[in-house]
Amino acid sequence: MEKKNNVWHRFIYSQKVAPYVFVLPFIISFLLWWIYPMGSTIVMSFQDIKPSGAEWIGFENYGKLLKDSVFHQAIFNSTMYMLLTLVLLIPFPMLFAVLMDSNLIKAKGVWKAVLYMPALTSVVISGTLFRLMFSEYETGQMNVLMRVLGFESQKWLKAYPTAYIALLLICCWRWTGVNMLYFLSGLKGIDKGLYESAEIDGATAWQKFRYVTIPLLKPTTIYVLTISVYAGLSMFLESFMLWAGNGSPNNIGLTIVGYLYRRGIEKMQMGYASAVGLVLLIIALVINMIQLVANGTFKKEER
Amino acid sequence: MAGEKSVKVGGTRRTVFTVLATGIFVVLSFLVAFPIFAGLLASFRPGRELIRKGLAVDLDVSTMSLNNYIYILSGNEDSVKFMNWFKNSLVLTAVTVVGTLIICYFIAYGLSMYNFKLRNFLFFLVIATMMVPFEILMLPLYREVIDLKLIDTTAGVVLPGLCGASTIFFFRQYMIGLPKDLLDAGRIDGASEYGICWRIMLPITKPAFASMAILCSMGAWNNLLWPLLVFRSTNKFTLPIGLNTLLTPYGNNYDVLIAGSMFSIIPVLVVFLCFQRYFIDGMTAGAIKG
Repeated sequence: MEKKNNVWHRFIYSQKVAPYVFVLPFIISFLLWWIYPMGSTIVMSFQDIKPSGAEWIGFENYGKLLKDSVFHQAIFNSTMYMLLTLVLLIPFPMLFAVLMDSNLIKAKGVWKAVLYMPALTSVVISGTLFRLMFSEYETGQMNVLMRVLGFESQKWLKAYPTAYIALLLICCWRWTGVNMLYFLSGLKGIDKGLYESAEIDGATAWQKFRYVTIPLLKPTTIYVLTISVYAGLSMFLESFMLWAGNGSPNNIGLTIVGYLYRRGIEKMQMGYASAVGLVLLIIALVINMIQLVANGTFKKEER
Repeated sequence: MAGEKSVKVGGTRRTVFTVLATGIFVVLSFLVAFPIFAGLLASFRPGRELIRKGLAVDLDVSTMSLNNYIYILSGNEDSVKFMNWFKNSLVLTAVTVVGTLIICYFIAYGLSMYNFKLRNFLFFLVIATMMVPFEILMLPLYREVIDLKLIDTTAGVVLPGLCGASTIFFFRQYMIGLPKDLLDAGRIDGASEYGICWRIMLPITKPAFASMAILCSMGAWNNLLWPLLVFRSTNKFTLPIGLNTLLTPYGNNYDVLIAGSMFSIIPVLVVFLCFQRYFIDGMTAGAIKG
């Protein structure tokens, strides 16, 4: 009895064992919910999965993807969406953050709270609200606006450029405030003395922004860029909600993940869907690697 | 150039800039609040109008009524269904938050308080899991959850996300800055390693808990994709899944949809307005280089 106590005592007081006990849940979770599914999706992408069992077909799924024009459209849509969100959701939030950080703004707390609000709503709610606002009826908000501006009513979600406008607007609506807060927290880390010395050197507001703010904000910009590339490429639910399901006319709103969902969940073609997922992963990793290398993130001396 | 001239009229120029800059945010806030405001107004009108007309701001008070809200609170069939979704969302959120925070705290504690061989490697793995979007793992995870007989259970929804990489990351960044002397002090006083973790360090980490609790509960409350795959029986649906089922083209349940949507924003909004600071701390923690 005493000996057992002794072992227990030694166990809970051991500084060697303790860290491994603490990180054990992560190791289990990592193996169970990350390595295993990752491995199984790689394996499945080389298989044809039928209710009767899986059959090895080598690279056939990938070969089919090369010729699958719907998949090409999904890649085009996702990439286009990702690029446009980068154009809209990096410069503007950065500008708003710089303004917000200046002492020109009154009642800062109110604007920050309001701009952050959309991020609190579920995509179900935001998607529904936007779908109804972009209604093709004359009485939908966007068509009312179009007529006020002297244009014709649009069938927003049924045609190509207008459907994109709707998707991008949801995205901007939800993330402008969040990205602004990211940049704002980055700005807080910039030494105010630098601006003062720039002023002494006679720098204009633009020069201060160009030569002090932008370079020193780079870590934040890279972070926002990285998550935006991932979020943009793997966008699905916004489209899913906007068209109230995974189908949009002529697949104008189909994204890569939407296609993965269609093949894997709706048509139960797990093998083919796995190949779609892995192509997405490779695209996302490659783009982010290029971006990180181009931004010099891996260069140690720069800091 | 232009700058030199305007220095002389500093005062008025400054006022003009203040008005202009604040004006930008007034307009921006108006645009951002607009859809929610339109939804709120629509929730006081019959849902049929939404289907027939789409959503637009209509300030005509005479056509408004509280009928939709009375309907979802009145105890009829739809109301029972809605309240059940609400309850399920609350339970799922509570379970997710408590489980995630405690486990991620332990993991981060191990990663930040001890120097051990695998430490950097494990931390690298934490970061690596963040590099793969969830959507890619969703299919194999779905199959795995079926194989483990966890489909249609709360465990099936919660377990795969329990060791959230971003939560571990945040706790670790927070704790790495805490003084290690406290550990030694605790050891001298005869506390076990786990006693130190639970009784000495946990109280100091409270602000991190607050930030993560808020962020994590918001994520769980709004989560749609994974619960949508795992839950199959209607009595287990959460609010986002439930509201989503009302979105059929032939549905006549837009009363519940619009009032329910607005109703489900309320708890989040209340929490946000009370703990705004923690929201922003938790969210931006990742962006600050540690």
